[in-house]
Amino acid sequence: MKRLLPFSATAALLIVWFLAAHRQVSGLFPDPLQVLKGLLELLRRGLLAKYVVASLFRVTWGYSLAVVTAIPLGLLLGWYKRGERALNPLLQLLRPISPLAWIPISILWFGVGDVAAIFLIFLASFLPLTAAAMNAVRNVPPTLLRAGRNFGLSNPRLLVDVILPAALPQLIVALRISLGVAWLVVVAAEMIAVNSGLGFLIVDARNAGNRYDLVVAGMVMIGLIGLVLDLGMQQLEKMKALKWGYGS
Amino acid sequence: MTPPPKVSIRGLSMRFPTDGSVIEVLSSIDLEVKDGELVCILGPSGCGKSTLLNIVGGFLKATSGAVLIDEQEVAGPDPRRIFVFQERGVFPWLTVEGNVGFGLFRLGAAERAERIAYYVKLVGLSGFENAYPQELSGGMKQRLEVARALAVNPDVLFLDEPFGALDSITRLVMRSELLRIRRAEKKTILFVTHDIDESVQLADRVVVMSTRPATIRRIVEIDMSHPRDLSSPRYIALRDLLLGEIGLAHKI
Ligand SMILES: Nc1ncnc2c1ncn2[C@@H]1O[C@H](COP(=O)(O)OP(=O)(O)OP(=O)(O)O)[C@@H](O)[C@H]1O
Ligand SMILES: [Mg+2]
Repeated sequence: MKRLLPFSATAALLIVWFLAAHRQVSGLFPDPLQVLKGLLELLRRGLLAKYVVASLFRVTWGYSLAVVTAIPLGLLLGWYKRGERALNPLLQLLRPISPLAWIPISILWFGVGDVAAIFLIFLASFLPLTAAAMNAVRNVPPTLLRAGRNFGLSNPRLLVDVILPAALPQLIVALRISLGVAWLVVVAAEMIAVNSGLGFLIVDARNAGNRYDLVVAGMVMIGLIGLVLDLGMQQLEKMKALKWGYGS
Repeated sequence: MTPPPKVSIRGLSMRFPTDGSVIEVLSSIDLEVKDGELVCILGPSGCGKSTLLNIVGGFLKATSGAVLIDEQEVAGPDPRRIFVFQERGVFPWLTVEGNVGFGLFRLGAAERAERIAYYVKLVGLSGFENAYPQELSGGMKQRLEVARALAVNPDVLFLDEPFGALDSITRLVMRSELLRIRRAEKKTILFVTHDIDESVQLADRVVVMSTRPATIRRIVEIDMSHPRDLSSPRYIALRDLLLGEIGLAHKI
């Protein structure tokens, strides 16, 4: 029953989609079967694998670079209150700027290509991750810090053995959200800054002969991969060393 | 010649600046604690017991006066003296073993494992080595914190209302556990409580504090050997004496 509900909702939506597609005047909007055929065509031509790999490659680089720089930076800023006071206003000013607003500048700096896209993804994940790490440190219960100090931990050890694990549940949530954002941004970046990847597929299919079946096929792939990424991150939250941080 | 006191508190005063004014919390406290003694600090809520313990533990700096442990002035927290909080001090991301071994990072793996096993057993947590704190009851978490403290072999323990959050049955069990552990491991213990019965059951001496600014009203020696009979006339007399000192009539 639990599985039946989402399953039947999806089926109903597909039927409505199918019927609607066959009632339209322009005939450009594809029905589900045409989309499926489009996916198979992309698969046969080798484009699907190529574009998925291209998109994932950019996300992996941009996101990983953001994770390895933002988390240590955020933890340090949260720890050294003066660093936070110095940089927080700048961070808060940059955060509301959509990563997409950076597209012209990233093309100016890095030209059309992978690096421009990776830079955009990096930016999109870096700022929220830094802010989240900073907050997470601030929320570490003082009793745990005191206990760590009482056992004679040096500052670097305290950071690694108490602050990082205490902040981890909050960090994982931020990591999950920013991976979602990175995946949103790669698609947008690929529409403008490169000529491969799932975002490129969508623009290209429309420009090269109104192939809306391929447009929707690209969208479906983006959704599926996004879902898988998110489910993967959700698994982390179930780890026993983290579960304590998510209430009961 | 008498041996020097383990802990010596001399003319200790503490004032907190609050917006606009200054509140005086401790006012010239003098106290000496002998090696291996269990001293209960008893006083009404908000009088400054935790503040006093935090200063002795090196987590707070007093406004004036000094604290000496082993004739050395306390300058900060030290692994030779461990503070036990109300169960919330255990690390939730570590298992029972991980928590007990937390302070043993300077030891080799074999000795570490041996000590962990010993203290897990001592506090009665055998079988829960791989459990996480959220899988333990409040009393078990409290034992875990005591085990983590004992594992580094400190010579002084500071306990700030360690059993305050537990139900009354568990609290009684935990007290006798503490006394049992104390027989196995001779430690100097400073135990803060606002529970009169608790202090008569545990302490060698009870230090009664006044309301804020706290001064020492009286020090009562509990001249009863363990195990203590909770219905003996002596127990009741001591309890009544402390009730009187706290300023409560023994009728409700
Ligand atoms: N950091 C601080 N700044 C200002 N005032 C403080 C601070 N810490 C404690 N106080 C004040 O000092 C007084 C004593 O606090 P303390 O926590 O030592 O009391 P206590 O005797 O332990 O009380 P309880 O039995 O309720 O735990 C309180 O009035 C409290 O408001
Ligand atoms: Mg207190």
